[in-house]
Amino acid sequence: MTKIGLEIHCQLTNLESKLFCSCKANYRQFEINENICPVCMGLPGSLPRLNQDAVKKATMIAMALNCSTPEKIAFFRKNYFYPDLPKNFQITQLNIYGDTSVGGPGSIMVGDKEIRITRIQLEEDPGRLIYEGSSSKNQITLVDYNRAGTPLVEIVTEPDFENPKQVREFLNILSDLLENLGVSDPSLEGAMRADANVSIEGGKKVEIKNIGSFHDLEKAVHFEITRQESLHSREIEIAQETRHWDDKRKITISSRSKEEALDYRYFLEGDIPWVTIDPAIQETLKSQMPESISSKKERYVSKYNITNQVADVLSSDKFYSDLFEDSHTESNAKEIANIITTDLMGLVDTREKREASKITATHLRDLADAIQTGKISRNSAKNALYEIVKTGKELSQVMSDLDLGNVSDESELLTVIKDVISEEPQAVEQAKSNPQTINYLVGKVMQKTKGKADPKLTLDLLKKQIE
Amino acid sequence: MNLKISALDYVQEVQNGNISAEDFTAATLEHIHSIDEKLHALLSVNDDAINQAREIDKKIKSGDKVGACFGMPISIKDNMCIKNSKTTCASKMLENFIAPYDATVISKLKEQDAIFIGKANMDEFAMGLTTEFSAYGPSKNPWNVDCTPGGSSGGSAVSVSAFECIASLGSDTGGSVRNPASFCSAVGYKPTYGLISRYGLISYANSIEQIGPVTRTVKDTAFLLNMITGLDPNDNTTVDNKNEDYLSGIDSGVEGKKIGIIKEMMAEGTDPAVVSATKDAISKLEGLGAICEEVSLDMVKYSVAAYYTITATEAGSNLARYDNLRYGYDFSVEGYEFNSYIQKARKNFGPEVTRRMIIGGFVPSAGHAGKYFLKALKVKSKLTKEINEAFKKYDLLIAPTVPILPFKLGEKIDDPVSLFLVDINTVTANLTGKPAISVPFTISNGLPIGIQLLADSMNDKMLLQAARALEQTVKLPEVPI
Repeated sequence: MTKIGLEIHCQLTNLESKLFCSCKANYRQFEINENICPVCMGLPGSLPRLNQDAVKKATMIAMALNCSTPEKIAFFRKNYFYPDLPKNFQITQLNIYGDTSVGGPGSIMVGDKEIRITRIQLEEDPGRLIYEGSSSKNQITLVDYNRAGTPLVEIVTEPDFENPKQVREFLNILSDLLENLGVSDPSLEGAMRADANVSIEGGKKVEIKNIGSFHDLEKAVHFEITRQESLHSREIEIAQETRHWDDKRKITISSRSKEEALDYRYFLEGDIPWVTIDPAIQETLKSQMPESISSKKERYVSKYNITNQVADVLSSDKFYSDLFEDSHTESNAKEIANIITTDLMGLVDTREKREASKITATHLRDLADAIQTGKISRNSAKNALYEIVKTGKELSQVMSDLDLGNVSDESELLTVIKDVISEEPQAVEQAKSNPQTINYLVGKVMQKTKGKADPKLTLDLLKKQIE
Repeated sequence: MNLKISALDYVQEVQNGNISAEDFTAATLEHIHSIDEKLHALLSVNDDAINQAREIDKKIKSGDKVGACFGMPISIKDNMCIKNSKTTCASKMLENFIAPYDATVISKLKEQDAIFIGKANMDEFAMGLTTEFSAYGPSKNPWNVDCTPGGSSGGSAVSVSAFECIASLGSDTGGSVRNPASFCSAVGYKPTYGLISRYGLISYANSIEQIGPVTRTVKDTAFLLNMITGLDPNDNTTVDNKNEDYLSGIDSGVEGKKIGIIKEMMAEGTDPAVVSATKDAISKLEGLGAICEEVSLDMVKYSVAAYYTITATEAGSNLARYDNLRYGYDFSVEGYEFNSYIQKARKNFGPEVTRRMIIGGFVPSAGHAGKYFLKALKVKSKLTKEINEAFKKYDLLIAPTVPILPFKLGEKIDDPVSLFLVDINTVTANLTGKPAISVPFTISNGLPIGIQLLADSMNDKMLLQAARALEQTVKLPEVPI
């Protein structure tokens, strides 16, 4: 049986500052080596200053993944030399002397499959290496320390995945969960990175390091299984080794480094006292956590009678669910859910489009009201939505700019109806004997009003005129 | 100009208008230039000190608010960062390191108008107890220039006892303030762990070390503590002392205090002169109404081994950053692969640092941690339990600061194990986080002997009161310089 385990590194991108200093956690906005200070540069004499907010957010992740949360957590030093590591040790967490990381064992359901979480730990991200030069001879390595000290949460799973599809489903759930918690933006480049270990039936465990995105993680796992199966079918032994993911060629490559032989000399980080997260604090954190995706979904279905499928889409995406939460009332909930899942989704299907989008909850509320009171037809609403997303103008403005309002003025509509009746004597006769054919006349009215006639009002008026 | 005054007397004299900060600083600098070539207490001297003193005098004259130090010249051990000045740790590795920020103690003293007259010599990265491991040459004991002044804060103690400054800040990881204070006949203080912020103190063994004052009197130590203690957002290990005033009630004495005499710290091998000085100190304290009796701390006999195992482990990690890539000495990376460059660059560490880094790479390593590092932690926790038990019964503990008298320079430098054992009486306070003080007590054959008192955590005030009482029982001769 194929076994896959994951180690996922998730940056807490939504925090204000780094894990141990007040430099920005959002390092992406800076010029090279601009977002640094004596602490994250590990200058002589500097000391780490624990970001309590990071501890809270990491604990929330642990709770959301149903992990045990110890009452006291500690930090450890992982000692090794690497150019991106200013202190030549990394401050991280460890559970070998008892559970002292933010999250202990837990589990999460992926479809019908239970995936066990081994542990969750909070640690600092190193700096970023940039390689320049064309050949290995003249290659130089540059270091940007803007990222050094960014809060990182490592989520380690048991080898419970059996195929890349389960991995993908898990990653989707995890992305949505992190986004819903408001701790991280998984779509930012480098915000989600991973290592994976893969073994097939009867084979040894192979570790793949350096996978830079969730997208590539699934690919890397898939590649590695295929590689191992091909070796197996040719009766070549699969060596236990560490391989690196080459994100340009999309293959795994054996790394010749002796990483397995490294001794990290872990010991307690004395500069950071133990942090107490007792049951009272845990309760407070729980109460501060946003509603979970599954609870949202259940509420949408039971309270508003929204279909399972629509509720699923709405609850798992924070952008949509935030819009929904801010705009809906008991009476328009279903209408708004439909606008979001049938029309809006197509307009903001990429990160760029979402960021550029000008739509607000007020827009949605106005639009739903206009539809429900017959001020705008569904068809026109779609056009109005397109314009709103693009310009952010108020609905009333958009409707008048594009002439999208329904013709609901009785006298105006009556003039059109009278025209239709005089133009279609045959159809009028037919409708008198067979009321179902009246729809043909309604259609004609719609044609003349370019779809803006209120269909219900048109029908009522037509009926009266024919009788 | 009388340079031999205490910090509190200096403040009084300036306030009374008898002396000016500028005159005192000028006289101090002149004295430094005449004597430091012989004693080598300082690694660098503040060229701007006169100007700073002049500015403070201006403030005094114009009636502006002046900090409590009134331009007092203070020396700072060269492992504390002063912005825009060299902080070498007496190492070739940091020969050109100019700190871009102030340590918390430095900014606090700056606010109080202290003048940092110079950076004090020390053993490289504070590893050693003679200053002989300074990459820039040892300091000399002003009582006998052939002898070591102790260490690692040797420069601090020498500069105070030879009047090159009024007070000094050292750091104490295993006795590094108390040991040289004892050898140079100064007061040396190691506070409760966390009482003084370590932000800006270059780490050697961060879980047990503290910054501590070296002064001429116990009162001066209390005076400095009032300015530099307390919570610091930049150091998560600091404790809240609720702005304790260590000077108030300093003359409360020791009447009725129960004092335990630590048996293991006067064991075989202790110099008879030290034993008799300690006995004398005990009877003097008894004479003041204290109740003294012997107490045994069994774990003390393992304390030095545990101390060196723990400090080497932490040093191995704390000093790993000195890879010479972001700062350090002039040595081009051209032609080196990453690891080979570091290997080569680190050859600039001196012998003691190298020795401890090698030990630090070994004792916590995967195959050996159980036998060494974890065992050392066990000793630390048992020792702490023992001393906590003792403090249920006693207010204070007493022992000699160092079991032997100041010895000749070069005498023990090639025998690291016998050097290590000189620490036997001081490491306990560090391993257990307790406050401890060395009080100058007597001079034997021209060499000083200090007496050590210890108190329970956060009982620093009571400790200073007892030290003050002991200090007042003796009148010591002047240093022969």
